Amino acid sequence: MTTIYIDNRPYTVKGGDNLLHACLSLGFDIPYFCWHPAMHSVGSCRQCAVKLFKDEHDTHGKIVMSCMTAAVDGMRISIDDVEVRIFRKSVIEWLMANHPHDCPVCDEGGECHLQDMTVMTGHSYREFRFRKRTYRNQYLGPFINHEMNRCIQCYRCVRFYRDYAGGRDFDVFASRDRVYFGKHEDGVLESEFSGNLVEICPTGVFTDKTFKKNYTRKWDLQTAPSICVHCGLGCNTIAGERYGYLRRIINRYNGAVNGYFLCDRGRFGYEFVNSERRLTGSLMSSGLPARLLYFGARVIGIGSPRASLEANFALMSLVGEEHYYSGLSQTDHALLSKIIDILQEGPARSASLQDAAASDAVFILGEDVTNSAPLLALALRQSVRGKSLETALRLHIPEWHDEAVRGAVQQEKGDLFLATPYSTKLEDVSTYYYHAAPAELARLGFAVAHELDKASPSVSGLAGDVHASAVRIALALKMAHNPLVVSGTSCGSEKLIEAAANVSKALCKAGSSAKLCFTVPECNSLGTALMGGRSINDAFTAVQDGEADTVIILENDLYRRAERREVDAFFDRARHVMAIDHCRTETVTRADVVLPAAVFAETGGTLVNNEGRAQRFYRVYVPQGSIQESWRRLKEMMLAVRPGVENWDSLDDVTRALENAIPGFGGIASSAPLAEFRVTGQKIPRQPHRYSGRTAMHADISIQEPKPPDDSDSPLAFSMEG
Amino acid sequence: MERPLTEHMRPDGGYLSLREYEEKGGYQAARKALQGMTPKEVQELVTSSKLRGRGGAGFNTGLKWSFVPPVDAARRPRYLIANADEMEPGTFKDRMLMEGNTHQLIEGMIIASFAIQADISYIFLRWAYKLSAKRLETALSEAYSRKYLGKNIFGTGYDLEMYLHTGAGRYICGEETALLNALEGKRAIPRAKPPFPQVSGLWGKPTVVNNVETLANIPHIINSGAEWFINLSRSRDGGTKVYGVSGKVARPGWWELPLGTTIRELIEEHAGGMKDGYRFRSVLPGGASTEFLAEEHLEVPMDFDSVQLAGSRLGTGTMIVIDDRTCTVGAVHNLQQFFSQESCGWCTPCREGLPWIVQTLGAIENGQGTPEDLEMLDRHTDLLWLDKTFCAHAPGAMEPLRSGLKLFRDDFMRHIKQRRCPYRTRNSDDNNIYR
Repeated sequence: MTTIYIDNRPYTVKGGDNLLHACLSLGFDIPYFCWHPAMHSVGSCRQCAVKLFKDEHDTHGKIVMSCMTAAVDGMRISIDDVEVRIFRKSVIEWLMANHPHDCPVCDEGGECHLQDMTVMTGHSYREFRFRKRTYRNQYLGPFINHEMNRCIQCYRCVRFYRDYAGGRDFDVFASRDRVYFGKHEDGVLESEFSGNLVEICPTGVFTDKTFKKNYTRKWDLQTAPSICVHCGLGCNTIAGERYGYLRRIINRYNGAVNGYFLCDRGRFGYEFVNSERRLTGSLMSSGLPARLLYFGARVIGIGSPRASLEANFALMSLVGEEHYYSGLSQTDHALLSKIIDILQEGPARSASLQDAAASDAVFILGEDVTNSAPLLALALRQSVRGKSLETALRLHIPEWHDEAVRGAVQQEKGDLFLATPYSTKLEDVSTYYYHAAPAELARLGFAVAHELDKASPSVSGLAGDVHASAVRIALALKMAHNPLVVSGTSCGSEKLIEAAANVSKALCKAGSSAKLCFTVPECNSLGTALMGGRSINDAFTAVQDGEADTVIILENDLYRRAERREVDAFFDRARHVMAIDHCRTETVTRADVVLPAAVFAETGGTLVNNEGRAQRFYRVYVPQGSIQESWRRLKEMMLAVRPGVENWDSLDDVTRALENAIPGFGGIASSAPLAEFRVTGQKIPRQPHRYSGRTAMHADISIQEPKPPDDSDSPLAFSMEG
Repeated sequence: MERPLTEHMRPDGGYLSLREYEEKGGYQAARKALQGMTPKEVQELVTSSKLRGRGGAGFNTGLKWSFVPPVDAARRPRYLIANADEMEPGTFKDRMLMEGNTHQLIEGMIIASFAIQADISYIFLRWAYKLSAKRLETALSEAYSRKYLGKNIFGTGYDLEMYLHTGAGRYICGEETALLNALEGKRAIPRAKPPFPQVSGLWGKPTVVNNVETLANIPHIINSGAEWFINLSRSRDGGTKVYGVSGKVARPGWWELPLGTTIRELIEEHAGGMKDGYRFRSVLPGGASTEFLAEEHLEVPMDFDSVQLAGSRLGTGTMIVIDDRTCTVGAVHNLQQFFSQESCGWCTPCREGLPWIVQTLGAIENGQGTPEDLEMLDRHTDLLWLDKTFCAHAPGAMEPLRSGLKLFRDDFMRHIKQRRCPYRTRNSDDNNIYR
């Protein structure tokens, strides 16, 4: 352990870490701009200055940038030293010279890092009397607003966009006090991670247009922890609501999953919640569902891989296990079952995104991860940098010294082998890429496995160059410390998945700590598959054969999962169709009874991501009108038609029931704290912290403060504050 | 008096071809070093000659070479770079050396590359030096055809490629780490040290960057030895120095003289003293980013230690003389405009502080200054300093500002009190032409 002295008091820190990170972790307030925990140090902004002393007799010391100085045992620094405090104040003064004095009307208000740092340094008096420099703004697309006058030239945007995310169409131009961050010419930003600029930028240069267009400010919002529903990775988010509308999604840090970043689909793809396709009123009287079920109908239920575990389980409990269908297409059902078997059998464990970024050799079989699991692509882009890190460390360059690490090895990269049906975006950082039909890709995979372990099934008739590649890939994976094999369901090929499993098995057999990552199509694909139940094709058969005549479809558009004529025939044959969903889909238009469901932000629930990680999302706001949480609605129906069944008061009850009912879900009730959890006896207010203005938000309707809703499903509270 | 760097230059200023250069003894030193010495011996010889870098920093050249690590196959190719991006205002010595004796630089580079076991060398040339570029291209072509560059030089088995690269015109490329970034095709922003270029330099490989004049001395040291080189100088550091004088002197020009020639000798003997009607006021001894010296300093020898003792820096050794009819506020303003426009824009104090200084000086010069402006300028000379800024560019800008505020404070005060520039008269030829 390393001891450093901060203003003459000893503290224990991680040796070799930079002082800024170490001090921030200890809880000290050192202002900074250009440092970022994921992108590390460059030392350009000069804001994080501290005083470094030679020894305890040195009273003068010298100013150093804490982000660029390694913590060394016995080091003596001061944060409070007068000279360095004056210097830090001056840095803000310089940044403020040209910064628009627009705080009251700026959309970064409430979450402006520059504001926070300005207050932290204590600078408040303006001496600069000359004209400010101004810039022209660019059109950057429908999601991100450009306001360059606010720029404080921290270079974070270009470092993230180009260095971290590999984008090429955004850059920094010109020099001196005219440096400009933007594109060569106006146009939509091409990177699928461009939305992170909104959070990376410490000022309001890049702001969320979807958020901004409603003139919302952070303090107006009520937010809660949520999970992204757009792919199978389960990135953690914070969803924010105002006036009953979902207004934005921002990142929620989870070191094992998404870290600090989201993809644009997850960040900007929430407006379906507010769209006119939302179902708000039920299209039949509420009594009918119960009557339907009560009067001897033969009912089946079709669940959904985009619905929560609790909603699916509630449906399963309502109709009975033998009448429950998973809602997966036949293909997906087969593929996901295979994936589950492989992951349960082992020995390779599933990889988290954090694991993926730390892998030193990666083999992708079939998946265009940029599209099927975007944050995985971002993680893999970081994985190829592992090699440069090794070289840098050997040259005694600390790993947080971002430019020096990149400069030490330049273009050399770790191993990333791509085998995809078509050109994919990771090719610019790949070692080798191969394009072929899924069946051929699978053969390559099997060949690699066979190279690693002769007992693994071999492949015959492989072209010479493909065989050579297999040998090369096998060698690279074998020599790696943390190899990773990536595959998934996108190609619709069981063979591909099997090949990936074979490669990982072969690696593990040789003693490697290889990991497997399977991408899955939807946010609860794996969860649904784990719950069991047959595919929708079996449901079609049940109805066609007359075994069932009434169908309850939960949050699923069947037209997306099977042939049109099959689905049409199914709907024609079924006597009664009840659809529970949040948007008008084609299935909804075929239903006799439509019950509006809550979206992810209007309900709580648990989703299982592609790793098999159960994550809980929380209700952000109570929905309007007859929109109800699916699991609650199904529970009400269940209580109506099955007297004597156990009532579920809160979401925890459902989760617990699920845990008890289905093997394989053991422990799922502890994926989130129970609703009874308290902190010093209090419920935890939803975010943000106290902003007294929120209680006045409905003053135009009534000056009485409405009683906040009760949340019995979680330890979070709807409070006056948030 | 020996003048090794300039003695072989053609009086007509024409190009000194390889044949002519060899007739005068050229490329013998390269042969001697590559055929008869080890790299380490060359390094030690140069170290003991007390040659200090002529680019402005004055670091012992041989010692700088010794910091490259032993040859490692994984960390090759290794590089030697000649910093020919001479853009320091007032400085033109490297240009004269490259135009006047082109092969001298190439020979020096061959020996230096050998000393650090470099595989590839570059001359990073200032964009504006068009004639130097032409002559260097010709010289490189000649050297290659004589096989003094390329594979197996002089049959010794030593290979060296040498390339000319012309910059795109920015001053900061003269900063060695910004030069490396520029050469790599990146933005010309300096790098943080450590790591030093000797460890991770061009393309992450071991690299040494030396100034043109420094390299021009190398063949002579090899030929005539360390003691001879030390004896050329009047100071304890070795060699001659190419000095220059510009300003309102009778004969602005450049001369190769012993290191340690005094300021008075340079201005009065060689530059012929001040022009008629002008009196000496002050001098920047080594280019724009050095401190102004006053009349009391005329006896200071122009060597590294003496000038430092006097409160300034030798820098490039090319002096700018300030006369009594030049508005000193205008002069300082002009200098700060240069530094402000050449800021790379990476770090906050330089990027934002220098334009503020420029605008303030402009206001003072135009009679719109306030006493608070002087406080602000004083404050900045303290804030824009080493360790506080990312590189030495802004500190370099503060050297003339700080010394100017000290030496010419009365001029500043007069501008503020009189609300006009006291040097500007209606018919004066000397109305500020800096802009």
